[in-house]
Amino acid sequence: MQPVPAILLEGVGMSDLGVERTTGPLQAVVAVVGRVLSAVFVPVVTFVVLYLGFVFLRDSGAPQIVVTIVAIVWGVGGVAGLYFVTNWLIEKLPTTWRSRFTPFLFVGPAIVILGWYLFLPTVRSLYLSFFGKFSNEFVGLENYVYVFTNRTMRTAFVNNLLWLVFGTGGAVISGLIVALLADRSKMEKVAKSFIFLPMAISFVGAGVIWKFMYTFRAAGQVQLGLLNAIITGFGAEPVNWLILRPWNSFFLIAIFIWLQTGFAMVILSASIKQVPSQLIEAARIDGAGEFRIVFQIIIPFIRGTIITVSTTILLLSLKVFDIVFAMTNGLFGTEVLASQQYKQMFKFLNYGRGSAIAIVILIAVIPVIWYNLRQFGQREVF
Amino acid sequence: MRKLSFVLMALLVLLPVAAFARGGEETAEPEAAMIDVFGVFRDQEALRFEEGMVPFEERTGIDMVYQPSSEFETQIFVRIEAGNPPDIAAVPQPGLMRNFAERGALIPLPGDVIDRIDANYTQAWKDLGSYEGKVYGVFHRVNAKSFVWYNKPEFEGRGYRVPGTWDEMIVLMDRMVRDGVPPWSVGIESGAATGWAATDWMEDVMLRTAGPEVYDQWVNHEIPFNHPAVREAADYMLQIWGNPDYILGGSQSIATTNFGDAVLPLFTDPPQAMMHRQGNFIIGFMQDHVQDNVEEMVGVFALPEINPRWGTPVLGGGDQFVIFDDRPEIIEFMKFLTTWESAKGMAAAGGALFAHQDQNFNDYGSAIEADLAKILVNAEVFRFDASDLMPAEVGAGSFWTGMTDAVTGVPIGEVLDMIEESWPQ
Repeated sequence: MQPVPAILLEGVGMSDLGVERTTGPLQAVVAVVGRVLSAVFVPVVTFVVLYLGFVFLRDSGAPQIVVTIVAIVWGVGGVAGLYFVTNWLIEKLPTTWRSRFTPFLFVGPAIVILGWYLFLPTVRSLYLSFFGKFSNEFVGLENYVYVFTNRTMRTAFVNNLLWLVFGTGGAVISGLIVALLADRSKMEKVAKSFIFLPMAISFVGAGVIWKFMYTFRAAGQVQLGLLNAIITGFGAEPVNWLILRPWNSFFLIAIFIWLQTGFAMVILSASIKQVPSQLIEAARIDGAGEFRIVFQIIIPFIRGTIITVSTTILLLSLKVFDIVFAMTNGLFGTEVLASQQYKQMFKFLNYGRGSAIAIVILIAVIPVIWYNLRQFGQREVF
Repeated sequence: MRKLSFVLMALLVLLPVAAFARGGEETAEPEAAMIDVFGVFRDQEALRFEEGMVPFEERTGIDMVYQPSSEFETQIFVRIEAGNPPDIAAVPQPGLMRNFAERGALIPLPGDVIDRIDANYTQAWKDLGSYEGKVYGVFHRVNAKSFVWYNKPEFEGRGYRVPGTWDEMIVLMDRMVRDGVPPWSVGIESGAATGWAATDWMEDVMLRTAGPEVYDQWVNHEIPFNHPAVREAADYMLQIWGNPDYILGGSQSIATTNFGDAVLPLFTDPPQAMMHRQGNFIIGFMQDHVQDNVEEMVGVFALPEINPRWGTPVLGGGDQFVIFDDRPEIIEFMKFLTTWESAKGMAAAGGALFAHQDQNFNDYGSAIEADLAKILVNAEVFRFDASDLMPAEVGAGSFWTGMTDAVTGVPIGEVLDMIEESWPQ
């Protein structure tokens, strides 16, 4: 071990030595050397341990259960360990430096991880979108030309627009209606629970459930689908709902509304409860009807919340994939952008087109996110 | 707090190390060799394959694990890209195999496996498994698709006769309609692969209207997809598919009826439809009581000729096994696949034909399948499923979706234009 130069020691936390300062120069030097060593040693050990865990998870052919347990302990413990070690290191620094570094201790890992998982892939997608099928030849804007001129892509754009308008509109409006009605009902809790319930179901799960709604059997056979059972009960011919253009897109959107109404309702309902009751009473005394109260007092009062809920659902409807994938797989003219992206990328193995569609979706989403963030900055939305 | 953090740290330090040590031990000690096989056939068919491989497992002690996925075409690619390919994949599309070979994901078969292929397969099957002079695939379970199935007692009881030409078939169909039973049961739903059953129909008709040479030009895109010859085949097909009287449930039921369920209405009591066109594997989808009495219950004839010049060519397909690793046990398994021993059990179980030259037709579970196998092996004109040879954008994309569009009301001219546009340069 090389002796540590004294000049270096001075830099490292001399001011922080505290009690030891009175116990003579030798002890002080030993203490400082110990500190420096441990300041180097502990992070190195942590790193080695984490790396060993990583190697184990990557390479070992251990039984799945062991790998799972290690992954949980390694993941959760790793985050905790990194935090403790970094915090411990920072606390060794002089106070001024400590206050400078502490914010990064908390924000830094999040930024690094987001950069790794979100920013880098986005940049890479943008890069790949200018290259051909195998990502080895530069093709300029060819993929974007495809995105905006191809027949199937045009269908996808139109459908996405339908999802955007009717999916978002339907979910927010029905959520608002339910919230307003529930607010005046004795059954509020029960009603809201039932409407909120679908929120707990995944999009794919909902797709499976709704397949039983729309299932079609030839006339004369037992109708397994609820809708067809009802209409044949009234003597009508069964209808194959999922292939019925262009209505089939709306049948899929109905599933989305069923899922998202609960979300809109819960948040809008909380916001409606914030409307001061004096305000509503005053309006009543002035002779305002219920509709007028809703449109001229409640809705303007909760405008911010409505916008936030709408933009959140809007984002979901722009990215919609699961419902289409589970119900029709984009057939019968129900293709949306995300399902086309999936097909181009993983079925036709066309990296260029897949990435170009991803970038187009991203660009379509950006204004909404930007608006949403601005709203967050301006007021408390939730 | 201090105590807690100490415990956490100690856990953190000790656990992965301990686990790593354990993991190290496990990899060091030689386990029973295992190979994992990834493929598209599921349920019944997967069970039969696993049973068929038991002799290999017993003889060598190698453990073969078969893992199917209905999303095979996408998942195999994801696994390759993630650096986690299976040892062996059973690829139904030669087009997909060539794509993987082009990307360098596959390992060419070693000489001793190729020798076995030369000895036990005709050149056509070897060519379908080759790319740029290297052999990658061993065909195992194959199928022939140009067959029309019917309920034998019912068909004969009603005095119907097997038609010899397309026109005779139309006459028979009109008679069935007058008798009050839809002639055909058709279904093309197949999850993410919906539409393939329709492309098979179309290819069969194309072979009969345009002949094998034009068919090859069509496959290789030497004629465009909206060429009049293709249009003619589509029109012949839609003559049946587009007529609601000819189809059980009307044309609108085709796209959402599962391909495997579509054969069932033939054998209900009373039958709801009279005929079903599908490959030999459909036997495996019939009702159990039908499968137990195939010879008494099931009748089959080749889809009749349209143009006497081309007769009744056989359309077929098959999964080829390709390797991503060349461990000895994997090569051993590939050699096994080229032997009749590997096929015998599956042939007896039904639903599968084989192209092995040394096969014993008596091993098939039913006389029907033995006949089909003979037809396949001795076919004067045999062509591989066109959609499986075309690039994925078409063969597993626009051709499937296009045919699905065509049966749900999109004009056929528009569909063919759309498919032509989607063909990659």
